[in-house]
Amino acid sequence: MKAKLFDYVERHNVIYNLSGVTKLLCFLFLTAAVMFSYDIRAIAVIMVLSLVFLRMSQIQFHQIKLMLLYVLLFLVLNFILTFVFSPTYGTQIYGTEHVLFPIAGRYVVTSEQMLYQVTKTLKYASVVPLGIIFFLSTNPSELAASINRAGVSYKAAFAFSLTLRYFPDLIRDYQDIAAAQQSRGLDLSKKEKLGKRIKNILNITIPLIFSTLDRIETISNTMDLRGFGKEKKRTWYAAKPMKGNDGFALGLALALFLGTIALSIFVNHGKFWNPFV
Amino acid sequence: MKKMFQVSTKTIVATGLGAALFALLFMYVKVPTGIPETSIQTAYGLGAFFAALFGPIAGGLIAFIGHAISDALQYGSPWWSWVIASGVSMFLVGLVYTKIRADEGEFGWKDVLRFNIFQIVANVIAWIVVAPVLDIVIYAEPVNLVFTQGAVACLWNAIACGVIGTLLLFAYAKIRPKKGSLTKEEE
Repeated sequence: MKAKLFDYVERHNVIYNLSGVTKLLCFLFLTAAVMFSYDIRAIAVIMVLSLVFLRMSQIQFHQIKLMLLYVLLFLVLNFILTFVFSPTYGTQIYGTEHVLFPIAGRYVVTSEQMLYQVTKTLKYASVVPLGIIFFLSTNPSELAASINRAGVSYKAAFAFSLTLRYFPDLIRDYQDIAAAQQSRGLDLSKKEKLGKRIKNILNITIPLIFSTLDRIETISNTMDLRGFGKEKKRTWYAAKPMKGNDGFALGLALALFLGTIALSIFVNHGKFWNPFV
Repeated sequence: MKKMFQVSTKTIVATGLGAALFALLFMYVKVPTGIPETSIQTAYGLGAFFAALFGPIAGGLIAFIGHAISDALQYGSPWWSWVIASGVSMFLVGLVYTKIRADEGEFGWKDVLRFNIFQIVANVIAWIVVAPVLDIVIYAEPVNLVFTQGAVACLWNAIACGVIGTLLLFAYAKIRPKKGSLTKEEE
């Protein structure tokens, strides 16, 4: 279990020095573009650019190794399941059929199905570098400030900042309670029967949840005493001011977003790019 | 009287800490079902419990933030379609908030029934309507695949909410002093 939430390491380069709100907006624009479009050319452009940005941010491979493994697993599973459930979905979408080779029964590999599945996999994969850049290159204290400055109410942003602040504490509490209960003979491993194991897990989570409820009481009283929520706006200690680079990054992200939408509307006349007709 | 959509300081703190707990349970405390790659997420039981105690806004945000964070930690980026569905499901469970009085020490069988009706309806809407529709609109996933996934998720999450959420509400009502349990002593 890692007690630290995001593996944030202070660095100074173009990406790290961007303001948090810029990175949040760029992240949202680019993921929205990728989610909207089903044109593999647009998605590939954003994918390549996001890999370039990842390289520029100097995030180390060992920081993201585990995530990439999970993503790969998910993508492979999704690829196989899609084919098992709907081997002819691509043909339905594109309206033509170019058979590559048959497997058995209705399981026929067509170029349409392959284009559809590869595009979908790329759609999922291309948001990963973007997310990694946003979450790993932004100081956690600045995340809440950037969410507020992007237009979300500061109360919701503050809830988010409390989450980041208390996550490591709760992990530590959880480990303490688990160790205490296990030293009293509570078995969580696979040796125990399922029903008993669920009960044992509850014996750890219930103290954790109830001590958290006490904590909520204390923290909200403290915040009330200090006048939280009296004003309509608030300022943030960790907020970074916008600079020239921020404008450039925002412009680029917005251009890519609008470009992708324009491509769908004016060139493809729909969400899908159809090279088969 | 409880107001459904009132946001007090306590709601905000409960949201923040609730989301942290949600993310923790979501990542580390799962109960394997025996079917590979599927496990009961205890996090939804916790989410439903917090939603019933602190209302729909807290519930919705807890699941939304908690799910987004655990996705970002595990996969590098949140998968919006399921994150939004999580938020919707816990928001809907939170609508039971004004009818539950566990914080006044009262939680009887009638309340169990009420809570579970709300959570089952909420899970059905979120996982059999919202999540698959978003998957189809955003990712053009095959229809039969997403509805199968949604139905499986709905079943396990309803079990998590029903069993764990109900147990937590019972335990909580027990430790809360009953309203009107103190009487003024006559001189």
